[in-house]
Amino acid sequence: MRYLPLTDADRGEMLSRIGASSIDDLFVDVPQEARLDGPIAGLPLYASEMAVEKHMRRLSKKNLAAADAAFFCGAGAYRHHVPASVDHIIQRGEFLTAYTPYQPEIAQGTLQMLFEFQSQVARLYGCAVANASMYDGSTACWEAVAMAGRVTKKKRVVLSGALHPHYAEVVKTMAKFTEDEIAGASPSLTPSPDVDGLISRIDERTSCVVVQYPDILGRLTDLQQIADAAHGKGALLIVVNTEPVALGAVTSPGEQGADIVVGEGQSIGVGLQFGGPYLGLFAVRDPKHVRQMPGRLCGETVDASGKRGFVLTLSTREQHIRREKATSNICTNSGLCALAFSVHMTLLGEKGLRALAAENHRLACLAADRLARVPGVSVLNDSFFNEFTLRLGTDAREVVRKLTGDDILAGVSLGRLFPNHSDLADGLLVAVTETTSEEDVETLASALEGVLA
Amino acid sequence: MARYFTEEHEWIDVEGDTATVGITDYAQEQLGDIVFVELPEVGATVDKGKDAAVVESVKAASDVYAPISGEVVETNASLDDDPSLVNSSPEDDGWFFKLTIADKGQLDGLMDQAAYKSFCDGL
Amino acid sequence: MNAPNKSGWKPGTPVEGHNAVSGPDTVTGNRALMLEEPLIFEIAGNDSTGVDLPEPAGGTNRLGGMERSAPIGLPGLSEPETVRHYTRLSRQNYAIDLGLFPLGSCTMKHNPRLNEKVARMPGFADVHPLQPVDTVRGALEVINELAHWLIELTGMHGVAMSPKAGAHGELCGILCIRAALEARGDAREVILVPESAHGTNPATAAFAGYRVEDIPATKDGRVDLEALKARLGPDVAGVMITNPNTCGLFERDMKAISDAVHAAGGFVYCDGANFNAIVGKVRPGDLGVDAMHINLHKTFSTPHGGGGPGSGPVVLSEALSPYAPLPYTARTEDGVVHLIEEEGAEAFSQEHFGGSMASFGRMTAFHGQMGMFTRALTYILSHGADGLRQVAEDAVLNANYILRSLEDVLHAPFGESGPCMHEALFGDKGFADGLSTLDLAKELIDEGFHPMTMYFPLVVHGAMLVEPTETESKAALDQFIAALRSVAERAKEGDESLKTAPHYAPRRRLDETLAARKPVLTWSDPNLV
Repeated sequence: MRYLPLTDADRGEMLSRIGASSIDDLFVDVPQEARLDGPIAGLPLYASEMAVEKHMRRLSKKNLAAADAAFFCGAGAYRHHVPASVDHIIQRGEFLTAYTPYQPEIAQGTLQMLFEFQSQVARLYGCAVANASMYDGSTACWEAVAMAGRVTKKKRVVLSGALHPHYAEVVKTMAKFTEDEIAGASPSLTPSPDVDGLISRIDERTSCVVVQYPDILGRLTDLQQIADAAHGKGALLIVVNTEPVALGAVTSPGEQGADIVVGEGQSIGVGLQFGGPYLGLFAVRDPKHVRQMPGRLCGETVDASGKRGFVLTLSTREQHIRREKATSNICTNSGLCALAFSVHMTLLGEKGLRALAAENHRLACLAADRLARVPGVSVLNDSFFNEFTLRLGTDAREVVRKLTGDDILAGVSLGRLFPNHSDLADGLLVAVTETTSEEDVETLASALEGVLA
Repeated sequence: MARYFTEEHEWIDVEGDTATVGITDYAQEQLGDIVFVELPEVGATVDKGKDAAVVESVKAASDVYAPISGEVVETNASLDDDPSLVNSSPEDDGWFFKLTIADKGQLDGLMDQAAYKSFCDGL
Repeated sequence: MNAPNKSGWKPGTPVEGHNAVSGPDTVTGNRALMLEEPLIFEIAGNDSTGVDLPEPAGGTNRLGGMERSAPIGLPGLSEPETVRHYTRLSRQNYAIDLGLFPLGSCTMKHNPRLNEKVARMPGFADVHPLQPVDTVRGALEVINELAHWLIELTGMHGVAMSPKAGAHGELCGILCIRAALEARGDAREVILVPESAHGTNPATAAFAGYRVEDIPATKDGRVDLEALKARLGPDVAGVMITNPNTCGLFERDMKAISDAVHAAGGFVYCDGANFNAIVGKVRPGDLGVDAMHINLHKTFSTPHGGGGPGSGPVVLSEALSPYAPLPYTARTEDGVVHLIEEEGAEAFSQEHFGGSMASFGRMTAFHGQMGMFTRALTYILSHGADGLRQVAEDAVLNANYILRSLEDVLHAPFGESGPCMHEALFGDKGFADGLSTLDLAKELIDEGFHPMTMYFPLVVHGAMLVEPTETESKAALDQFIAALRSVAERAKEGDESLKTAPHYAPRRRLDETLAARKPVLTWSDPNLV
């Protein structure tokens, strides 16, 4: 067996050192009646590398890869070009096969990377401090809600109707168990978000207001007025971002008064991978909130010889020390995805991120204009970055399904995202990135013309 | 002014109706380098035997219990900037909070300096 | 492997007749291959980039007045500089690829590279989570095939695949328990957790709204069945038990524990962090477990990646399966694998489960850690049912070999309790005054090993939890044993040089007190401060 170095001779020698006559002697504490006497029946046996690869390749071929389609899906997961060097670096064994940096003397590589990552995220979000990452954007969103409860000691949560429905569902699910009161809302297909309606729902009992930027329909709005309204009632503003590339083009949430900024980091460096693993980003604007943050934090210090070095710090917030009083039960971070993000962000730099954002927006504007010329189609948004909502005048789910036959992945239908809102069913979210060619846009436009005719 | 001690290694200075609370030299020695102290809010009511503050070292967080009940009237702001005061001056500059004494009867049964010393010697 | 050759010479030591010489300080601070590396913020400019993109054209936009004017402050580097920066950083890390990494409870086993190759196949890596299901049939089959393996290997009824990591899986399991209790109108308040448990257990129970109480242990390191029985009652929602436990021992009374908990109306959560010790040898479902998470990065070799990402599917008993979170996959008799999301969940339940499904909700966007599912399934198919059994046997053999090779020099608190499972537990009893487990661990770094888990579990003073895993050769174990033996002897003799170890690592001991007292968590330009 190729992953098992022991030979039978080794095993015999080791058993005699132990003083056992057989391997079974080492399992004496397992009650006899519970012990399996051989490999579980009905399951395949050992297989060669070649055979396994063949099997998995066959399964992979049953999926339509984005690269083989005209591709427009977004809604919280975006397809961007990831430079080849990113994947090379994350496959270096010293990063890939290391553990959480609990022994800092021999983990400075991971620790310095995390310190750089935290600094990059904090700047991108316009915040003072970012943590070393969470599972994904949706769980980071719930953690932010929980943190707002600890900071404000209040339990009423106001969710924007234009928050990603999966994120809203995660918050609602967790709130059932923590007895937080959720003031949710339905999304409405308006060209701009209903900010006044949102603000009117904030009251003195509110711990936080959760707003997505750009929102699930792709729209942008000034966050400062929401921040002011929340702060006026003693609530925190939590801003969710699912497309970090957008922050190369628009003002960051932290600069507009958001108290906690969370989001999905997948766009930078991490592929689509059918939804995971992704990268939860989490940052706070005010450094005094650091001790209420969930997740790992890496900090700078010096070693015994006076050299600069990095360690995990403020660990007393965490489960391995505080146990049932911890700020979260989270133990892992999304380390390798954080590395991919950090490497890609370093390759981009300020200049590259801004150029990438500009190119995404330029192509999205072209696409919106072209698609708006399809008879029966209109663009909902007054504003957008690289994703916008089309109204098709018919159930978008059906249209999306039909177009897959021509290898067109036309976007994400609002019917799939909001299954119980028939008023949204003609909405189609279309995402356009630097990987979308003008030919792809033309392909989609022509196909829509055909289907909607 | 009288100073009392608890088995949880806190000291209490009583002056009139006000008590000042901190942790003892023995406690700071056990905890090691103190990196953070979380103090109650001024105006909060604390109950005897219940959590009132948290003192943290790098690898541990320990609750500090209120030795008597009362209302917190002042906390030691110096600890925010310099938690190491708890190590360097635990029974003086490193005090935690002051509270109004709700019930002087609760002081009965606490130890004096000599009793606390022999209590620690026995540990 | 620097074992002595026949002449007695070891690589790394001077050949006889030659003296070791140390050199002068260097201008750069580097030591040949040991290279110091500044932060990207210190070497990069705001105008450098490693990607080719058109210059922004400017002009009109549709950003709703939100366009950014001020700089963000992100440093950029060209590709060669970027590759060099991260390659230099990587060389300051210890990793499984470099040597034995005996972190107890963390299961640092070899990560097969076939897993990485498969995960990068475009049909897995380049697929959007919200593509129409007809375009992702292969992905759904991967999820379902892995789910089938996990159910068969554990003898359970169902599995929730979406939890993102072990602790997220724990939360999933506890929420299933809570939902099941609430469905029968039986609100309960307490979860019992042994003191030896991972910190995630009590943190999870508290996050799910439960009060946590300790379960006492017996002198031989196991759950005290009688004390547990005495505590059970109508307020106890369930117990969380790690089996094999964190002392490296199998809970012999697991079935009796489960029976007692069930009789009292509660549920049994098993922390599956140590499933690698028993995979293919015993099925938790046969021991009465109701829910157990499986860390794919432990038992099934997905990479730890410097702290994550993990993946924590939760296998469930028949009683808990209906409450599993959305989305889930199910294969119908026609062989089709369905993806059940919020839409259609009720209809699917009516059609295929007699309306019995009552999901507690959604724990995450999308479907779980697909990239880890492909890796874990690749690993499982490689080993097969027979190979996985061998994995458990070799893991347990390697741990017992370490236990029995060192118990004469290191205190083994449960050495008399019988064989250990996949990890050997030692304590600091007998160390000279002033020397600690930490000192021993740091000296192991100088010997070229990652230290074992220290000071966990909490029930043993100065605990050292050693988990070699099955992917270590006998030669690697022998070298580790020799190193640990030598360091343990020095700790007992009072060798003061241990207190300043490590001496040869990229950094000496780091000042964690300073880091926590004056937290510096982001880089700031010293010229601006």
